[in-house]
Amino acid sequence: MLELVNVSKVQGGQVHIHPTTLTLERGSLNVLLGPTLSGKTTLLRLMAGLEKPTEGRVRFDGKDVTGVPVQQRNVAMVYQQFINYPAMTVYENIASPLRVAGEGSEMIDREVKKVAELMRLTPYLSRTPLSLSGGQQQRTALARAIVKKASLVLLDEPLANLDYKLREELREELPKIFAASGSIFVYATTEPSEALLLGGNTATLNQGRISQFGKTITVYRNPRDLITARTFSDPPINTHTAVKDGKTFVLAEKEAGGKGKPHKITIPVPQHLAAIADGPVTLGLQPHHLSLEEPFEKAPTLKVRTQVSEIAGSESFIHVLFGDKRWVMLAHGVCNLDPELDIDIHLDTRHLMAFGADGASLSGNAG
Amino acid sequence: MARINLDHIRHAYGIRPTAPQDYALREVHHEWADGGAYALLGPSGCGKTTLLNIISGLVRPSEGHILFDGQDVTHLPTEARNIAQVFQFPVVYDTMTVYDNLAFPLRNRGVPEDLVATRVKNILEMLELSDRADKKARGLTADQKQKISLGRGLVRSDVNAILFDEPLTVIDPHLKWVLRSQLKSLHRHSRFTMVYVTHDQTEALTFADKVVVMYEGQIVQIGTPEELFEKPKHTFVGYFIGSPGMNVFPIALEGRKARLGDAAIDLGFAPKVAAGQKTELGIRPEFMEIGKKGLPVSIRKVEDIGRQKIVRGDVAGQAVSIVMKEGAEIPSEPRVSFQGKGINIYADSWRVGQEA
Amino acid sequence: MNKTWNNKAWFMILPAMLMVMISAVIPLMTVVNYSVQDTFGNNEFFWNGTEWFREVLESDRFWGALVRNFAFSFTILLIEIPLGVFIALHMPRKGIGVSFCLVLMALPLLIPWNVVGTIFQLLCRTDIGLVGYAIASLGIPYSYAADPKDAWITVVVMDVWHWSSLVVLLAYAGLVSIPDAYYQAARIDGASRWSVFRYIQLPKMKRVLIIAFLLRFMDSFMIYTEPFVVTGGGPGTSTTFLSIDLVKRAIGQFDLGPAAAMSIIYFLIILLVSWVFYTVMTSNDETA
Repeated sequence: MLELVNVSKVQGGQVHIHPTTLTLERGSLNVLLGPTLSGKTTLLRLMAGLEKPTEGRVRFDGKDVTGVPVQQRNVAMVYQQFINYPAMTVYENIASPLRVAGEGSEMIDREVKKVAELMRLTPYLSRTPLSLSGGQQQRTALARAIVKKASLVLLDEPLANLDYKLREELREELPKIFAASGSIFVYATTEPSEALLLGGNTATLNQGRISQFGKTITVYRNPRDLITARTFSDPPINTHTAVKDGKTFVLAEKEAGGKGKPHKITIPVPQHLAAIADGPVTLGLQPHHLSLEEPFEKAPTLKVRTQVSEIAGSESFIHVLFGDKRWVMLAHGVCNLDPELDIDIHLDTRHLMAFGADGASLSGNAG
Repeated sequence: MARINLDHIRHAYGIRPTAPQDYALREVHHEWADGGAYALLGPSGCGKTTLLNIISGLVRPSEGHILFDGQDVTHLPTEARNIAQVFQFPVVYDTMTVYDNLAFPLRNRGVPEDLVATRVKNILEMLELSDRADKKARGLTADQKQKISLGRGLVRSDVNAILFDEPLTVIDPHLKWVLRSQLKSLHRHSRFTMVYVTHDQTEALTFADKVVVMYEGQIVQIGTPEELFEKPKHTFVGYFIGSPGMNVFPIALEGRKARLGDAAIDLGFAPKVAAGQKTELGIRPEFMEIGKKGLPVSIRKVEDIGRQKIVRGDVAGQAVSIVMKEGAEIPSEPRVSFQGKGINIYADSWRVGQEA
Repeated sequence: MNKTWNNKAWFMILPAMLMVMISAVIPLMTVVNYSVQDTFGNNEFFWNGTEWFREVLESDRFWGALVRNFAFSFTILLIEIPLGVFIALHMPRKGIGVSFCLVLMALPLLIPWNVVGTIFQLLCRTDIGLVGYAIASLGIPYSYAADPKDAWITVVVMDVWHWSSLVVLLAYAGLVSIPDAYYQAARIDGASRWSVFRYIQLPKMKRVLIIAFLLRFMDSFMIYTEPFVVTGGGPGTSTTFLSIDLVKRAIGQFDLGPAAAMSIIYFLIILLVSWVFYTVMTSNDETA
């Protein structure tokens, strides 16, 4: 069990990590999700002991390890770049942490072969890393981290430099591999979809602050605040300010394209938001809860103007203008709409989120 | 602006190619329309960069000819082909201002200064860089530099084609879609023939009217995003486009029926295949439905990725991925049915048409 | 800054500190000491104030040497930098020719200063030297020992031969770091050979050229061995540079005070000029 207790990092007068308290269980997979420069790498380095916290304590299995350097902890790290020993074979690369630990050659052979099988590297054991594909090189680096049986394995955007197809394959395999070992895994990524595919727990990180930590799907479905919701949606969550007035939300918005005077648009308040107090709120709706077809009878509609259609293979992201705000709608399959069309889109208000003035979520069970 | 003809082009980097595998580019014979937006899509090593270099004149093909508007340019050097290119990393002239960067190709060709001014102003506006015209190019961000690289092509009126070599590699993820949409609208306004090389399906499908999918040195399909999604010509296209990719099952054909394990699936047509060919059935995860009908499926894992669920399991001993809607539930004895319009039949990895 | 004060850190830099003290600070302080004192032997020293400095600065001998120094540095920079860049531009970028050229270029740099001097001294002798004899047999009167102009040319040629390679290697390193895409883009843009040099190669070489420029300036400003071996500072004082003059004063005449004062002035001039060059040459970077 790894515990961070009020850990913070200040460097040159700049706060990199605000006081953070976090408990990671043994055998768990934990995702650190946040945009670039949100502090993911710093947090990983603090966990590893590569950096000393300015304040706070780091405990491992109840033992205080604050300030204990990384060499004296049982930590493994995998980076975005494929870091292997170029002159050694894959076999020797995987064996290297065990050789350092002074294990017997029989034991090494057994462990290396076991991990190679798990990482599907068996056919490549006698080759050197540079003769392998990017995916295989990263598998080798991962194998080295796993064979070490480190109690803490830190992965810093390990798939960022791979083709999307390889990324897809490794993402699918990683949870299995992680589950097979008993270590604590911490996986930093910028991509919400990666967090969702990996499952486990997710901590959303923004400007050096963890906004929420919990089961990945729970954090995604019930973000505690607007920052979490924004961090955990790609494309970005669609938001708009509104005023709750009894049974309706009132939005003031101009014609599509932002011309003319704002006029009022009303949306009936869905069941799950009925209890919140009247007054100004920020509404949020995920891109896949906007659609061209009615999600349910009499679903509210909005007039928007299309901008660009991004096609991602089996899905399409339609960028639209609602007033002068840029929204994104997710459509299934290939949907290529011409730009500058005025269309009606439907809102699946069953999943509408509402946030108060301080950004805190008002929805009970949205998602 | 030009029509591009690739006339029986083959290329090998070695000296004496004997087997087809020796060719980095096997046989390319196509005509690309004037003013079209094409994307060359494929994994690394598929030959897409070789093909781009053949078009730009950096590589001379071992065999075949390349024609711009009917004129053979196979033996012309890059500078004589009137093409523009945007590279993976932004190429700008650091010591020049943004304005001078854009004016450079025109001045080199002796265009009078007043014409240079109108053209450059026009392009600056199109690229939304007018306010930076007098700034040194060195201080700009990567996406702005990439726009300048593009602008140096757009500014010329004599350009036959604009080539893009993975131009968004160094662009921040959240800026990528902004540039993608700008590129698309720039193509609409300029009607230059554009060729875009990438290994990212979203970039290719978003940018291009026609996507050219390449695999192991050959073009396996040229088609619209819809065609690539619904009717992949080759099992590789099915695998490479879409995430998760297409499910491919080995089958035995019996007239209008496909036999998958113990089950028979009605195809609605009788595919014609030669004897001895390897026959497969391809269906995308989106065209499979989990319910009480169809073939029994054993479920290994359900990945809840928020907007949908990806079910991983086995059908008739074959691994399968199925996409389910956000709120959908899996019944106790799950079965999977195949939607007819999503079924494609492959013989030796190539699609067998219903027409045939 | 609320960094923890770690005393152990000071121990880590102690060896480096000691080295600097022994090799630089202590000798420098000794020189400073000498420059403000007078001695009549017997290890008795008297406070002399700025007297030595005034003496040095008022002597024609000092100014003559200083002017010669600047003229020399200016001349060799004017030749070596363009020549080095020119050679680097024409060296092959790939193939087996690369290592051959690099070795060839590195050869002069491996030869010690006094050997270079001796080589040229022999080479340029009109009686037995290959070059000297050849020139003389063409009917051109040439003697580095008698004619100040010939002596000057000999020293310059010697330095160019010895050190242009350094500029070549630095410029070459700058050139090979330019990605191919730049050349390709320039071809597409229809740029001339000159434009490619002016807008791509020169800007990309700028950093290494600044280094080459500073290194060559400082080094040539301190030139001593080669002219000492070949001309001994002559004929007359035509190749007497500051360093040679300094040695004459300190060792030849045993004028320790003025020599020390001169060293300090010398040191400050190099420091000042280098700083000015560096500031001027890198100033464009910030205003971009």
